[in-house]
Amino acid sequence: MDNIFKKGVSRRTVLGTGAMAAGVLAMPGILHAQDKSLKVGVYGGYFKDSFDKNIFPEFTKATGIAIESVAEPTGEAWLVQLEQAAKAGAAPADVSMMSQVAMLKGQTTKLWTPLDTAKIPNAKNLLDRFVNKYPDGGVAGIGAVAWYITLVTNTDVYKEAPTSWAAFWDKANADKLGLLALVSNSFLLEITAKTFFGGTNALDTEEGLLKAFDKLAEVKPNVRLWYRDEAQFEQSLKSGEIPMGQYYHDVTGLAASEGHPVRSTFPKEGGVQDSGCWALSRASKKVEEAHIFINYMSQPSIQATLSRKVGTSPTVKRELLDLNEKEFAAVSSDIEPIIPRYDLYTTKADWLNQKWTELIVG
Amino acid sequence: MKREPPQSIADYGPLFFPAGMLLVFFVVPFGTMIAVSFFQRQEGGFYTPAFVFSNYERFLSAFFGGVLGFSLMLAITVAVCCVVLGLPFTYLLSRLPRRLQVIWLVALLSVLSLSEVIIGFAWSTLLSRTAGLSNLLVAIGILGQPVALFPSFGAVLTGMVYQALPYTILVLYPAIVRLDPTLMEAARTLGSSPIRAFFNVLVPALRNTIMATLIMVFIFALGSYLLPQILGRPQHWTLSVLITDQAIYQSNMPFAAAMAVFLVLVTLGLVGLTLLIGRKGEKA
Repeated sequence: MDNIFKKGVSRRTVLGTGAMAAGVLAMPGILHAQDKSLKVGVYGGYFKDSFDKNIFPEFTKATGIAIESVAEPTGEAWLVQLEQAAKAGAAPADVSMMSQVAMLKGQTTKLWTPLDTAKIPNAKNLLDRFVNKYPDGGVAGIGAVAWYITLVTNTDVYKEAPTSWAAFWDKANADKLGLLALVSNSFLLEITAKTFFGGTNALDTEEGLLKAFDKLAEVKPNVRLWYRDEAQFEQSLKSGEIPMGQYYHDVTGLAASEGHPVRSTFPKEGGVQDSGCWALSRASKKVEEAHIFINYMSQPSIQATLSRKVGTSPTVKRELLDLNEKEFAAVSSDIEPIIPRYDLYTTKADWLNQKWTELIVG
Repeated sequence: MKREPPQSIADYGPLFFPAGMLLVFFVVPFGTMIAVSFFQRQEGGFYTPAFVFSNYERFLSAFFGGVLGFSLMLAITVAVCCVVLGLPFTYLLSRLPRRLQVIWLVALLSVLSLSEVIIGFAWSTLLSRTAGLSNLLVAIGILGQPVALFPSFGAVLTGMVYQALPYTILVLYPAIVRLDPTLMEAARTLGSSPIRAFFNVLVPALRNTIMATLIMVFIFALGSYLLPQILGRPQHWTLSVLITDQAIYQSNMPFAAAMAVFLVLVTLGLVGLTLLIGRKGEKA
C-alpha cells in the first residue's frame, strides 16, 4: 500500500515538472509578438521619469515606434547585465544610455553593434568628442547627453559658495563631505590632478598616479560618507547633515529650483564633464528602429528640450542650438571642464581599483 | 504502519523533485561560481574561460585578510548580541498569556516584512544629527547639542542586530515553549533564584538550540552588504561589500567569485569547527 502511494506521487511529480518545463519553453514566443517598438535603457529615477514625460511620447508620435523604457542602474551594473544577456542571445534593452567607462569596456568585447552613420544624418551635429569609435573606425555609440559633476553645498551651512575644489582639503571641513565611493565614477583623481598638479596629464605615469593618491589621502578625515547610492547623499545634502560634496549639476539644480537649500558651483578648476552615449546591444534585432531613434535624439531641437527639461548639457554644437545665454549657463559653464581620463579605467582598471579601495577602506 | 527501508529506486521517488530543485537552483549556480573563480580576467573587458589561480592570489593579502577578519568579527558580534538579547526576551515571552504572545510574535514578524534598504535608511535618519535621537537627548538636557551617531561601528551593529533579532526569537521560541516547565519549578523549589535557575538550568538545557541559533545568525549576518554601506564608514565595509563592488561595478566576475568561494569555505570551516567542539563537549 505504502509502495503504490509513493509511486503515484513520483509519477505526478514527473508529469508536473514536464508541464512546467513546457510552459517555460513556450514563453519566449509571447515576447516575440510585439512589433515596431524599441526598448530603451535610461538611468532609473529622475532621468527616466523626465524622458518618459518629455521625450518618448513625442518620438512615438513622430515615428510610430513605441518606446518601452527600462530603468537601468548607474555604474557598470547595467553593462554586466547586458553582456551576460548578450552571451545568451537576449537584450534586456535594445538601445541603452551608457557612460564612457562602460562604453569603452563594452567596446573591448564588441558588445555594441557598429552604427551606420548614413542612417543617422543628424550625427554630424555632434561635437566630435561625443562620438565613440571602434579602433577600425566603426561607430560604437552616439552622444546622448552630457552632464557635470560639480562642487555642491548646503546654502544654510555655507553662506558663501566655495570657489575651488581645494575646499575638500580644507581642515575646517572635517567630517562634512559626501563623495562618490568608486574610482571610476568619482573622478577624484582627475580633480586632484587638475587642482594641485596642473592638469590630468599628471596622471600619465604610475608615479603621478601615486602622487595623486597621496594627496587624496589627505581628504579622508573630511569625508563623512562615501556613497554609491545617489539618494543617500542627496537627502543628507538637502537636510544639511552632510553639507558639502561632489554631485550632479542637473539634479542639484532641480533640487534648488524646488526650494531646497542647495547649490551647485563650477569651481575655478572646472566641473567634471561626463557623458552618456546611445549604444545598441549586439543581441538586439531592432537595428532599423534603433537608428531612427538615435537620429531623432541627435536633433538640435531635441537636445535643447533635454537641456530645458532634464537639465543635461547638450552633445551637439553650441551654434546649432536655440538655447539663450541663461539657459545654456544653467546646464553648462564657460570654465573649461575636467575631462575624465577614461583610458586609465580600461588599461589600469584593476590596479586603480585596488589602490583606491586600500586608500578609502584601509 | 511500519516503516520499511526503501526497496527500489521508485521508493526514492519523492526525493527526486527536491533533489532536482537543489541541483538546478543551488548546485549548478554554485558550480558555475567556482568555475568562474578560476577564469582569466580581461582587464577593461570581461573574462575568458581558463584555469588560473591569479584571482585567489590577489585575495591572499594582508588587506583582504583584514577585511575578512572584520566581516567575521562583525557577524560573530551580531550573533552573540542577538542571542544575549533574544534568549531572556523569548523566555519571558513564553511565560506571557497566549494572547499577548501572539501580539508580540505578529509585531516581530512584521519587522521581517521591512527590506534591508528601509531598515538602513530608517536607522540613518534615527541616528542623524539633524533629525535623530540625539535631538531628544538635547531636549531633556542630557546633551549640549545634537550629534551624529552614524556612520560608526555602533550604528552598523545596531542596524544588523535589529534586522536579525526577529529571526533569533523565531528560532528560539519553539524550543523554549516546548521545554518542560517542571525543570524551572524544580530549580525554584530547591531554592535557586530565578536568575540562577535561568543560567544553570535553562541555558544548559537549550545548549544545542543556542548553538544552532548562533550559527544561523552568524551566517545571516555574514551576507549583509547594504547596512554596512549605509551605516558604516569604509573601514566597516564587509567582504560582501567588496564582492559586490567587483561583480557589479568593476565587472570583475572571476575575482568576485574567488572572494565569494573563499568566504563560503571559511564560513563552512568555522561552522564545522563549532559543531566539532560542541560534540566533544557533549561526550565529556
